[in-house]
Amino acid sequence: MSSATEGAEPLVSVEDVHTYYGKSHILHGVSLAVGVGEVVGLLGRNGVGKSTTLKTIMGLVQPRSGAVLFAGKRVTGLPPHKLARMGIGYVPEDRRIFRLLTVSENLRTGLDRHGVTEERRKILLDKVFTYFPVLAERRGQAGGTLSGGEQQMLAIARAMMLEPRVILLDEPTEGLMPRMVAQIRTIIDVLHSERISILLVEQNVPLTLEASQRVYILEKGCVRHHCAASAIDVNDPLIKQYLGV
Amino acid sequence: MASIGQFLHSIPVDLLIIQTINGIVTGMILALVASGLTLIFGIMDVVNFAHGELFMLGAYMGVVAFAMTGNFWLALALAALIIGIFGAALQIVTLRPLIGRSPLNTILATFGISLVLQNYALWQFGPVARKMAEPISAEFTLFYLQYPWYRIVIALLSGAIISALWLFLKFNRYGVWIRATTQDRVMAQAMGIPVPLVYTGVFGLGAAMAAVSGVLFAPFGGVDSSMGLQWVLEAFIVVVVGGMGNLGGSIVAAIFISLLEAYAAVWLDPSQAVIASFVVLILTLLFRPTGLFAAPK
Repeated sequence: MSSATEGAEPLVSVEDVHTYYGKSHILHGVSLAVGVGEVVGLLGRNGVGKSTTLKTIMGLVQPRSGAVLFAGKRVTGLPPHKLARMGIGYVPEDRRIFRLLTVSENLRTGLDRHGVTEERRKILLDKVFTYFPVLAERRGQAGGTLSGGEQQMLAIARAMMLEPRVILLDEPTEGLMPRMVAQIRTIIDVLHSERISILLVEQNVPLTLEASQRVYILEKGCVRHHCAASAIDVNDPLIKQYLGV
Repeated sequence: MASIGQFLHSIPVDLLIIQTINGIVTGMILALVASGLTLIFGIMDVVNFAHGELFMLGAYMGVVAFAMTGNFWLALALAALIIGIFGAALQIVTLRPLIGRSPLNTILATFGISLVLQNYALWQFGPVARKMAEPISAEFTLFYLQYPWYRIVIALLSGAIISALWLFLKFNRYGVWIRATTQDRVMAQAMGIPVPLVYTGVFGLGAAMAAVSGVLFAPFGGVDSSMGLQWVLEAFIVVVVGGMGNLGGSIVAAIFISLLEAYAAVWLDPSQAVIASFVVLILTLLFRPTGLFAAPK
């Protein structure tokens, strides 16, 4: 294992988590770790529990057993809003923009927290408007009127307003045009350069392997494979089978 | 042709003008009641059957506070504050534990609360309706009527409160929290918004608005333990016709329904005029179940 987290304490760790939806057992003892400033990819076919893993970390579903640790503290069972305030940003699969709120108001939901000064707000907004100029153009427009790619940018920008230490990014390039995909790829690198950790769930295997340092491969709710991103050979029949490529 | 001319000639213009004013005045109070109801439904999917009782308790609080302070406006503010806090506490104790359960649970819970509050009021204040003096006794002449200024003031005040609510929702941080939670409560939580607290706050706000309407209405009709029933029924009609959870729609619908009833009362017996609003309700449910004034969600 060529792990970047060795020696240093991981920022997020998931320890033997079992999650259910009603009676169906989705996660069968998932364990993984994301180091500080590390981009970690989570790969696997549809329905193996990738999104559920992110939801479990975010506290949106409660695991029946196992633990989630953030910055060394056990956070299992805490409500999502507390986790968000502690520094976990969540960009869900379907973006979930507040459709009737304007772009500015969408961003504001992450800025109206304790201890954010006027100055700090401006710095944070300027930053996302530099990365995503189109959001600045459309700041007065309702979120629901944006295109798919613009909504994805807004979803990422909105999570950035929380000044998170880790961002859980669920299928950010799904259904986007190639130009938009490149832009998302750029923003992942920017976040990485700012030492923000990312747990990236993606169907786009080449992008994930390029952007991440390490990857976990999930199958049927279990981690089957875990290695450095560079060590994955996409032509390996076993990997092909895991990823369904 | 002659008969149409005859009909047009027979329209009592003075009466229509009086009824327009009456309709708007009632409509504004109704809008105040309904906006609390629709706000609570929009954010929590809770159909609050106890809303009328919060209206009624507000009116009683107004009577009690007026007797103590002698100032109507102070009594109005006190009633809003006390019932607002009471509503928030009620939400924490009875509705918060039901979050995530089927809507039937909250319907039964709020229905139960309404029965308890009604009987409490009957036990505490007795069956005899309390009177409350109008804080403004001046009148102006409207055709052959001496029309009380107080009614005009009520309409204006209700309008001002609704505008304040709108500004709050539009610009205030907590207003943005409320709108975000209404649209997507899961994502709101993931953005750090304390959704359980927002629920409690909105319920308290809705209760305070019901209390204000109760106090404002008290000088018209007297205060008794069952006064909430009629209002909450009308408010439900308004909320459905305006589109469940649609604040703007509710306000327009409140005025629309009240005007309709007021005009119907020109030709019909006032007790039959209520039928007009039920007809609108049934037609809405049949043809536009999302509400006549539905905004795209």
